[in-house]
Amino acid sequence: MADKRKIKIKVEDLTLIFGKRKQEAHSLLEKGISKEEILKKTKCTVGVNKVNFEIKEGEIFVIMGLSGSGKSTLIRCLNRLIEPTSGKVFFKDHNITRETNKELLETRRTEMSMVFQKFGLLPHRTILENAAFGLEIRGEEKLVREERAIQALETVGLKGYEHQYPSAMSGGMQQRVGLARALANDPEVLLMDEAFSALDPLIKSDMQDELLEIQNKLHKTIVFITHDLDEAIKIGDRIAIMKDGVIEQIGTAEEILTGPASEYVEAFVEKVDRKTIITAETLMFKKNTLVQMPKDGPGVSIRKMRSIGVDVLPVEDENRKFLGYVWLQDLLELEKDKEISVKKALKPNVPSVYKTYTVEDMLPLITGIKYPLAVIDEETGKLLGLISQTSLIIEATRFGKKEISELKEQANDM
Amino acid sequence: MEKLIDLGKYIEYGINKLEENFSGLWGAIDDLISWTVDSMNDVFLAIPFYIIIVFIALGAYYANAGKSAFKKEGLKKGGGMAVFVILGLLLIFAMGYWKESIQTTTLVLVASVIALIFGIPLGIVAARSKTADVIIRPILDLMQTMPAFVYLIPAIFFFSVGNTPGVIATVIFSLPPAVRLTSLGIKNVPSDVIEAGRAFGATEKQILFKIQLPLAKPTILAGINQVILLALSMVVIASMVGAKGLGSIVYQSIQQNDIAKGFESGVGIVILAIILDRITQSIAKK
Repeated sequence: MADKRKIKIKVEDLTLIFGKRKQEAHSLLEKGISKEEILKKTKCTVGVNKVNFEIKEGEIFVIMGLSGSGKSTLIRCLNRLIEPTSGKVFFKDHNITRETNKELLETRRTEMSMVFQKFGLLPHRTILENAAFGLEIRGEEKLVREERAIQALETVGLKGYEHQYPSAMSGGMQQRVGLARALANDPEVLLMDEAFSALDPLIKSDMQDELLEIQNKLHKTIVFITHDLDEAIKIGDRIAIMKDGVIEQIGTAEEILTGPASEYVEAFVEKVDRKTIITAETLMFKKNTLVQMPKDGPGVSIRKMRSIGVDVLPVEDENRKFLGYVWLQDLLELEKDKEISVKKALKPNVPSVYKTYTVEDMLPLITGIKYPLAVIDEETGKLLGLISQTSLIIEATRFGKKEISELKEQANDM
Repeated sequence: MEKLIDLGKYIEYGINKLEENFSGLWGAIDDLISWTVDSMNDVFLAIPFYIIIVFIALGAYYANAGKSAFKKEGLKKGGGMAVFVILGLLLIFAMGYWKESIQTTTLVLVASVIALIFGIPLGIVAARSKTADVIIRPILDLMQTMPAFVYLIPAIFFFSVGNTPGVIATVIFSLPPAVRLTSLGIKNVPSDVIEAGRAFGATEKQILFKIQLPLAKPTILAGINQVILLALSMVVIASMVGAKGLGSIVYQSIQQNDIAKGFESGVGIVILAIILDRITQSIAKK
């Protein structure tokens, strides 16, 4: 589904080198010489090293990395606040890296707006004038720009503050003005450079929620820079992890957490609270053996159980809708009574989850039950898979399998 | 001691050439400045002194009181200054130096305006171009450290004796702070605000007029204040080349060893200095 969306920004082999002997450094880089060697030979630093990615329309694309990873430099190459040394940046069809100055100004004025870590508000202007700044720069009439600025301020929850000055506002509110200024231009792309990094944790979290809410309404394409993995996971549809000017991995939060591409990424994701990210879809295992009602009677069901060595099986109806579980002991009794249907043995009231449920959502469900959780499709009710309690607990506690078996042994010894 | 290099001779030669080749230009400048100074003097002296005093007192009051000018608060902020203006200017009038004070003020105003017309744009250029900064900076140092008497000589050479060489010498002496503080103010504008401007597609001109100059305004105003005070401090020296005003009274009293006259005109200069300083400072603070 995601692949059908249009590509809004495409970055090809983008490279940025700082220093005076750029061309020399660049040809060394082409030859595959390391950053350190290049620094020694030419005194040039490689800020961004052959970066490639595509951002789709309506996506929140997060670029994450520690300071010095080149992420802020990279985002500035997208609107050429910093001139890339080589490579291409495409916005829809046109190549931004080849735009003339006039075209570039037009792109910045209408298509890409930026939000800054340090807000970048004008202290001598009111909130309203600040929010209208982008429109003023591109020459909109006063009435038009004020109307749009008021609208944008309302969107970010600053109605009534129009005539205050930035110095009278808290950091969180100032950044709302920064966001309103960007939104007032009604750009297709929002570039957010560590937009929430300077804020207190609680305010930061509020702003993240608010950004997601605004995004639900406006469906902008957002490039978001952060050094905070939790933030990246919370707001990013996809995340690119950067280190030393290179993108180490691009993927959804879950892809990165479950399959880190390098040791660096692995070390990074270790600290994340996985409970809120890992979903049922990742944890479930496919279950091919089911009891189908009314086709399968007790005899067939018992044989199915024995063939795979379990004493409980999920039951579905002829439309493949999940109904509940049957236990071996109940089936044996039914067989004795010569029943032809397993209906009497069916235990229908069992907890089931959808595949988007997180570990945190599922943990409360497993108290007091001794069977796996069923993952069912939201629309059809079809069984998608099962989640064993052990795997849920492993995810929740981050103990390895070995550690869990050790714990079990200890419990047995006592 | 015998000279190894005759630097003075080269400079003299250069100045002679300048005088010969551009005499029309110097004449025009002389006419313009003399005419401006004379007509301003005529206008101010035609207005009765009490009207001028009331006008300046109101100006000083408003500059200090600002928005609260019509409230009780305003009286506290601007009242003292207004009283000082009235008493100080009355004292000058009573001592008999009203005409000279007007002449001095005119000289200071004309010189300051010329200094600002050149100084502020030069400051903008120096802030935005490193090359310009490297060229302008030593020239400013030269203007400030060279003893003022030294450039009085070529000033007379170009413009003969009178108000014009006085104005020119005053401009040279008071120009540097306009350049320096304008440049400083613009350089101190936080780079993140400028980057924000760029990111929204502002042209260089828009960045200058919508971001840099408004944010540098307090520093530039402090520069204007400095220009005016330096110009005032130059009036005594300017009187040596024939500029009229309180400075020439001071100069006379030195020559005649007249303690009374010297003290009176000195007090007059101090009163003018305080008034000009406080008014420009309170404008800068807003």
